[in-house]
Amino acid sequence: MATAVLDSEVLLDIRDLQVHFDVRRGTVRALEGVNFTIRKSKTLGVIGESGSGKSVTARAIMQLLAKNGSIVSGEMLYNRQRDDSGDSELIDIAQQPSDSQLMRDLRGGEIAMIFQEPMSSLTPVYTAGLHIGESIQLHLKPRQTVGDQMAKAIARQNRIPREEARQIAVEMLDKVGIPRPEERVVSYPHELSGGQRQRVMIAIALSCGPKLLIADEPTTALDVTTQAQINDLMLDLQEEFGMAIMYITHDLGVIAEMAEDIAVMYLGRIVEQGTTDAIFYNPQHPYTRALLRSIPRIGQTEGSRLEVIEGMVPDPFSIPTGCPFNNRCPDVMPGICDARMPELLTAGDGQRAACLLHDPDTMQEVTRARVH
Amino acid sequence: MLSYIIRRVGYSVVMLVLVSFVGFVIIELPPGDFLTQLLTELEGRGDRSAEDRVTELRLRYGLDIPLLPRYVKWATNFVRGDFGESFALERPVREVIAQRFWLTCALAVASILLVWIVAIPIGVFSATNQYSIGDQIFTTISFIGLGVPGFLLALLLLFYVVQFTDVDILGLFSREYRDAPWSFAKFVDLLKHLWLPALIGSITGTAGLIRIMRGNLLDTLGQPFVESARARGLKSRTVTWKHAVRMAINPLIVILGSEALPGIIVGNALVATVLNLPTIGPEFVRALQRQDMYLAGTTLVFFTLILLVGNLLADLALAWLDPRIRLE
Repeated sequence: MATAVLDSEVLLDIRDLQVHFDVRRGTVRALEGVNFTIRKSKTLGVIGESGSGKSVTARAIMQLLAKNGSIVSGEMLYNRQRDDSGDSELIDIAQQPSDSQLMRDLRGGEIAMIFQEPMSSLTPVYTAGLHIGESIQLHLKPRQTVGDQMAKAIARQNRIPREEARQIAVEMLDKVGIPRPEERVVSYPHELSGGQRQRVMIAIALSCGPKLLIADEPTTALDVTTQAQINDLMLDLQEEFGMAIMYITHDLGVIAEMAEDIAVMYLGRIVEQGTTDAIFYNPQHPYTRALLRSIPRIGQTEGSRLEVIEGMVPDPFSIPTGCPFNNRCPDVMPGICDARMPELLTAGDGQRAACLLHDPDTMQEVTRARVH
Repeated sequence: MLSYIIRRVGYSVVMLVLVSFVGFVIIELPPGDFLTQLLTELEGRGDRSAEDRVTELRLRYGLDIPLLPRYVKWATNFVRGDFGESFALERPVREVIAQRFWLTCALAVASILLVWIVAIPIGVFSATNQYSIGDQIFTTISFIGLGVPGFLLALLLLFYVVQFTDVDILGLFSREYRDAPWSFAKFVDLLKHLWLPALIGSITGTAGLIRIMRGNLLDTLGQPFVESARARGLKSRTVTWKHAVRMAINPLIVILGSEALPGIIVGNALVATVLNLPTIGPEFVRALQRQDMYLAGTTLVFFTLILLVGNLLADLALAWLDPRIRLE
């Protein structure tokens, strides 16, 4: 068990997480020291280009990495609240075997996840109600009301009876805004639209009252109007259920609306983390600034070209030495940025950025060198 | 659903009529078949009874009327249960087939059960433990099983059993029961003999099915719904069997209906010949060799019937298993 103590406001603290994948060509260092915190009942937006490690981070938290992936080092400290006693215990998810009882209780029970492909995230041969019921019977314990009912339920491995699970499923479908939930509970996935399927996924995820909802690009596969509805729904449900959300996306517009905090990822590292305001109004890392400049804006001078970040995301086998962004960075300091690895340091409006420009020691040397 | 079944049965009937026509043409096609020979022989004898017999045969098989009405006559007889006569065996085709039909079915069912009981768990193991030692071993064995023809296996086994044991493996019955009327003891005796031909007949099928199951399941395990099932906190065994295998097995139902059932009934003629089994397969081959055309043609139509029924059952099973198909 971890010895560290967490601020009681913090739900999940990820420290120096490293994840590697063994592939035929060698080892892909998918995460190279990821640090961020998720606060209780708040939304953390995780942004970054494809291949930056957003989804891998999410799967590491769920202990759902592919077989060839492994958590090499780091801690994922989860602040588990005991509902009955009010006490909390600290669990280092990085130390838990994927198929352990504890991990299975957390997965779906306390940390739920919704995915990019709502079209194929439900098993085609099972109804919406079965999916929700499956989760409920797995994680929820029967309400302690009638003694007789309790005895029966305990006899049946302490499960919620099927009929009651169905009732909860109908309630959940109603909560996520599916019309005629009584009918929809027996619908098969192919009878639902993409937006409805994502709503069902959300209903499954929230049916067990999770403390953290990981949303891995939940609206990427949906059309724009549906995207807005799903995002609004998530915000409403957050208000009602009080769970924290880790919202992974590459849509900066969405993140500004959804998140209180933002973590910017690049090549398996967090390059900047801070409040949404700080990141949007006072970005400190050159990569964050470049990302923000590449958003098309209404009122942009006609005919002017959209700014893009120079170069390509490097191949995972030829990541530059030093700061991984140095080969694309407009503010690169030759001889320094390709030699040193920047650490996450406080900068700007209280956020943290991993850039040597904010490293006082490095900057002192640079000034000294200029003076001489 | 009902209209779907009716439609499917309708297609099957049309198909059956077409195939039976082809079957009939095949019966008619070859020169020098049994009937022609018989007629020539009878006419050559020229006596009174021979002439009567010729007239009777001409009338029965409608030799004096054109092809199409003759087909109709044959088909009507067929539907009535009169399949003509096996000239070689000098018995009605109906008797010949009836005698062998149930044993053939018993063997087919035993083989199919064996194939599924063995292949599905191995396929699932191979897929969930991809590239493990166990997977490599099963893969190697299944490739050998696919590569070695069943009749060769039957021969090798036959040699081994006859040479080194005193088990009587030829045929489906021990000598004392062979011509005995059906009894419980005879049934037990049948079961004692059935497993071996069923095993041999199922090896190729098992090997193939392991490969298919492994491939399908690997595909399915990569699907997002499997990941989302794991994300719900289900045990990996539940994820595998309740979600992944349940989906991966659907295409196998089609194979069962359209390939396995007819394949085992028809295709194992060689194995059955080697093991001297009283099933339809070897009789069909013999009928073709002797140009015993009514027996051959009738058997052909029956094979088609089994194929069609198999397909229909598979489609119905699939519609029952997969709600996406039910709608169409």
